[in-house]
Order: sequence, then structure tokens, then C-alpha cells
Amino acid sequence: MSPSERVSTRTDQPTDREQQVLDRIEKARRRKPKVREERITSAHGAGGKATQTLVEAVFLDAFRNPALEPLGDAAQLTVGDARLAMTTDSFVVSPLFFPGGTIGDLAVNGTVNDLAVTGATPLYLSCGFILEEGFPVADLRRIVSSMTAAAEAAGVMLVTGDTKVVGKGTGDGCYINTTGIGVLDPDRALGIETACPGDAVIVSGPVGDHGITIMLARGELDIEADQLESDTAPLHDLCRTLLDAVPGVRAMRDATRGGVATILNEVAQAAQVSVVVNENTVPVRDEVRGASELLGIDPLYVACEGRLVAIVDGDKANDALAALRQHPLGTDAAIIGHVGDDPPGMVLINTTFGGTRIMDLLVGDPLPRIC
Amino acid sequence: MRFVDEFRDAEKARALSAEIANLCEPGREYKFMEVCGGHTHTIYKHGIEDYLPENIRLVHGPGCPVCVIPMGRVDDAIHIASQPDVVMTSFGDMMRVPGSGGNFFDSNAEGTNIRMVYSPLDSLKIARQNPDTHVVFMAIGFETTTPSTAMTLKRAAAEGIENFSVFCNHVTIIPAIKAILDSPDLRLDGFIGPGHVSTVIGCRPYEFIAGDYHKPVVVAGFEPLDILQSIYQLLLQLREGRCVVENQYARVVPWAGNTVALKAIAETMVLRPYFEWRGLGFISHSAMRVRDEFAAFDAERIFEMPGVRVADPKACQCGEVLKGVLKPWECKVFGTACTPETPIGTCMVSPEGACAAYYNYGRFTRTRIREASAHEPV
Repeated sequence: MSPSERVSTRTDQPTDREQQVLDRIEKARRRKPKVREERITSAHGAGGKATQTLVEAVFLDAFRNPALEPLGDAAQLTVGDARLAMTTDSFVVSPLFFPGGTIGDLAVNGTVNDLAVTGATPLYLSCGFILEEGFPVADLRRIVSSMTAAAEAAGVMLVTGDTKVVGKGTGDGCYINTTGIGVLDPDRALGIETACPGDAVIVSGPVGDHGITIMLARGELDIEADQLESDTAPLHDLCRTLLDAVPGVRAMRDATRGGVATILNEVAQAAQVSVVVNENTVPVRDEVRGASELLGIDPLYVACEGRLVAIVDGDKANDALAALRQHPLGTDAAIIGHVGDDPPGMVLINTTFGGTRIMDLLVGDPLPRIC
Repeated sequence: MRFVDEFRDAEKARALSAEIANLCEPGREYKFMEVCGGHTHTIYKHGIEDYLPENIRLVHGPGCPVCVIPMGRVDDAIHIASQPDVVMTSFGDMMRVPGSGGNFFDSNAEGTNIRMVYSPLDSLKIARQNPDTHVVFMAIGFETTTPSTAMTLKRAAAEGIENFSVFCNHVTIIPAIKAILDSPDLRLDGFIGPGHVSTVIGCRPYEFIAGDYHKPVVVAGFEPLDILQSIYQLLLQLREGRCVVENQYARVVPWAGNTVALKAIAETMVLRPYFEWRGLGFISHSAMRVRDEFAAFDAERIFEMPGVRVADPKACQCGEVLKGVLKPWECKVFGTACTPETPIGTCMVSPEGACAAYYNYGRFTRTRIREASAHEPV
């Protein structure tokens, strides 16, 4: 077997018989996704291929309607003359308290960010609590007070809520669901499907801080990183700054589960373009890089909770970058790549070492590896 | 980052790449096997092949320790995990390796408690913290990870911990290399030796490869420049007509290995008469079991094991693909019964395995990727 067949590339043209096999694979790829597992596994919640398949094959199939179909961060709705954005998110993080934030911060910022990256001004949030019997009220107060502060910072009001208590052992202390509503600018339409060759890919700061913080906070790995904390933050003001500064913003996403790599794969697939990332331009903190090296995972797949990925017209990229860097949440923003035309649907990364590889969606969570 | 960045210098890589190209005889094809899965990962992650001339082919060896665990052993582990009050632990890589009825994630969905740990000592910690459960560590890996299991066994015995055992699946590298060397249809020009394994066993065990089989071996490190340098050293040996074992990874690998680690292994484990490898079949003296003196910590003796051998489906031709005799697409089940979502053999289990990579990316030519990435060709 040649290296070309093994890793991403080949040097020769396929023979007829080989082409038949390749055609068969292509046909299989285009087939409607099917959930093969008989039961839900943790991979279905990791944001990668398994999640995508579950959402498309089970939920989208059953609920299909024009507002749901784009599967964006928030649904875009028209009510009378108003254009609204609506989104919902559930938070099940463990531990509930970690360096840089709490589950409460995430619950507010996560939903605010899903609205903000759609281009909406976030207005109202609901919050549903699922509490486990025996959960300390002091902890609940601490979570709620962090939600109050986060809501104030994001300029949103928590206007309705719900509380349920489940038996001891059937929950993990505290789960939170938040739903958010915001108003969309009637003159602006953003969408990852509008990405064009020549566009630039920008991230608003170092990647992977939140995911690595959580992994280390679980205390199972005996790795310590004193300086590292979650990047949880509301992105509404940063998004507004970017949109006001330059025309030509095609799309914005917040890189949560699955990290920047997953977002870029979604962009490539939705717009049928390629995305090329230059590894040496991706901002990564030393602590995150060090932990990732030890664990054998790639920071580009690790979750952030306050990082914007923007696809911007290439001609406006430098202006966009300058605008982001003016904002306290975007001081380390960087252009990390560009949109191309070939191969459609693929993300490529030029490595710091000087090679190129395909950066695909993961099936489930990135796992620490020994080999 | 120190100890990392200096081994990923693109300038040095370009210089090495030119020297590698100079050493290649025109018209000759070179096939080198990187034995270790960690090397395959490095080659993939950094795009090392972009630095190699077309006539150098890297053949992916059998050294991914999770990918070679046969279905039957995964099923056995799930069987143990299904017993009341058992917590099973293993390395993260193991979680997605399929048994005949699914992997560990699927099993957890059915109610087992299989957890990821980073070290066997973490399993021991879980056992101490949960005296009402029995904690099993599914030990996997070549000689690289065997010493940590050995030390854990010794510590468990010293502390008299009664609710901990090891499900031992440690394999040894030399018999696997020998099995490949003895294959009649294999043509290899040399080996990139497994650096991590060699930190434990040293370089001497490879001498038969150079002596008896006349293939050069260069024990290599895991940074991209290490790999390029080891390829350079292999080519240089071939050019100069030499055939020896060289140690490129001398900054970590002692020639005689780590005697303390070897002693710990010898004290706690013995060779099995034979062991089954996914894709390669049964190989004699190729794996370890827990010594009788540590029987109280041997999951295979504590639990009744179904031990049913789940044969690799007959049509699976992993062995041939591993040895480079068949190309992935020539395998009878490739892309039909065996896909990345439902892998059968080792080459499809690992995302960097020959078959998984071909399934996902085989349709792209190298030139197309280079042009698309807008990267200056090397």
C-alpha cells in the first residue's frame, strides 16, 4: 500500500476496478444518514459525526420544517413585521464549578452566543432547572448568582423558568436548559452556506481553553495548569462590533462542542467549498497546547465557550481583524485560513511542519490516546 | 514549546527532504515499515509524506495496540464489565474498538460502567475509593505500557487491595515483526523501529532483523524530524550496503533498555503460549498474562470468562493489507461489510489505518490536495 492511499492522498489515477469501489463509497456517503446504534451512546452528544447523524436521521426527519431545516445556531422566524431568532441549549457540564466560570455562566452565555452569531440582538431567556435530590441549596444559589451576573453582562432578562427535582442518583446535581429569543436586523442575512472562495476565516482568540479547563478540572488526569481558565463569555457585543465595522461578514459561529474544526467542516459542507487552515496562525495558549500534546488530542477539536469563528469577504478581512482586536474579547483574534473551491466539502490544514492533511469531522469526543 | 518545537522545524525538514531525495536511486522503489502506531499518527498529523519523494512508500505496521485486540477479547471485557458491581477501566483508545456486539460506549449504553483512565494507577485509586465495587483494569499495549501495569500489580499486592484486578492483554512487538518478516509475499527495505517500546526493551532485540533477515532498522522518535531523519539513516545504510540496528532516538532510548522496567514485568507477568491478533491471527509467545503469584489480581482467574473466539470474518483481509500485499480497496469486504462506521478489521478500526484513510480520502490525489491547500510544493 502506498502512503498516498494511507493518508489522505494518492499519486496515481485509479484503475477501472478501483474507480468502481470509489464510486460505491461516494454513493454510500450521499445516502441519507442512518442511526445504526440501538441505544444512545456518549458519542451522540459529542457534536461530531454521530451527533450530526442523530439530528438528521431522528429529529430533522420527524420535525422537518423550513425554519428548522438550516440547522443553524438559532432558528430565524418572521412574526408580523419582526424577524426573530430563537434557540435552546441544555447544560450538563461536570464539574459544575470550574476555573473561569460555573454551569450558570455557560447556560446564559451559550444561549446568548447562539443568538448573537446569527446576527441577532439577544433579549429574553428562559431557564429550566433539573435538580437532583440532595443538591446543596448553597450551590444552587452560587449558580443562580453567576447567571444573574452573566445575564446583566449580556443585556438579557431571564423572564420565565421551570424547576423539576429528580430522585437521588438519577441526575448529576444540576442540569440547566435555557431558551433565548433575540431580534434580527431586517437588512442582514448571515449563513454559512454563503461562504465563497476567497473569503477569510477568522477566530476571535485562542482555541480550546474551555474544553481543556474542564478536562483538567475533573481531576482525573493529574495535569495541572494554573493559568488556564474557561473562556466562557457573551459574544453579543463582539458580534455587533464586527458586523458594524465591515460589510461582507458571511457567517459567524461560536466554536463550542467539536471546536473550530467541526465548525469549519460545517461551513465546507453547507457551502460546498473547501476551507484551508494554516496551523501556524491558529492562536493556542501554551497550557492548552501542552495538555493537548500530552493527551494526544488536537486543540482545533476542543470546545470553546467564548470564541467567535467568522467567515468574512477576503477583501475586508484585515478591517474585520482590526475591528475584532479593538474589542476586549478579541485582542488575540487571528486570520487562520481561507475558503477555496476544491475539494468541495473538505477542510485541509497546512501543518506548521510544512505538510498538509485533511481535517475531518470526528465521530465522537476526542479521546486521550496511548498509541 | 521546548522539546517539541525544535523537532518540528520546517527549515530543517526541507534540508533533510533534499538529502533524502539525493540518496534515493532513481527508478528504485523503497518500502519502509513504521512498526508503531504512534509513528503512523505522527506521519499523518504533520503531513510528513509531503516531504518524501514518490518512490518512498511507508507501510503501516501492526503496532497500534488497540487495533490488534481481537473481537473476542473486547467481548470478554464487556462480559466482565457486565458482572454486578464491576467497574471496568481502560485507556481512551480502547473505547471505540468494536467487539462482536459493539464497543465500550455501546456497552455503557446497555448499563455497564466502563471508564477511561490515563494510567493503571488511576484504576487502583478508583478501587481504593470504591471498596464496594471490583475495579478491573483492561491492560493493553506493547512493552511501552506493560511496566506501568506491572508496577500497579506490585503496588496492589503491597497494599493488599482486594477489589482490584487486571485483564491482561499486553502484547510483545518482536513476534509480530517476525510474523511479518516470515510472510512469503512481503517485500520491505527496512524498518522504522518503535521508539516507545525501545525505551523499555532497548535496541538489541532487533538485531536479528538486521542479522538474519538483512533489513536495516532505525529506532526512531515521534516528532516529525525524527521520522525524516530515520528514513534518511535507512537510505544511507542501503546506499552504503550496510545493514545494522541504529538508534536515532538515543536522547530517550538506552541501547540496553530499561532494566528496572523489564524486571518489574518479569516479576508480575509471563508469556502466553499464543495470542490472537486481529487481522494477523494467532502468533506464538506474543502476549503476556499475569503470573501465578499475582493470581488474586488476575481478572481472567477471578471471573468466569466466556473466552469464545470470535473469528475475524473470513472475508476480512487485514493481514494482507497490513503486509502491503493487498491495497485496501482490493479486500473483499472493503466498503461493504467493513466501513469506518462498522469496522471489522484493524485497518478500519484506527482512523489512520490504511482502510479507514482510503475509505475517507482515497478519491483525492496528492496533487489535488497540494493544489487545493495552496501550499508551496516541497
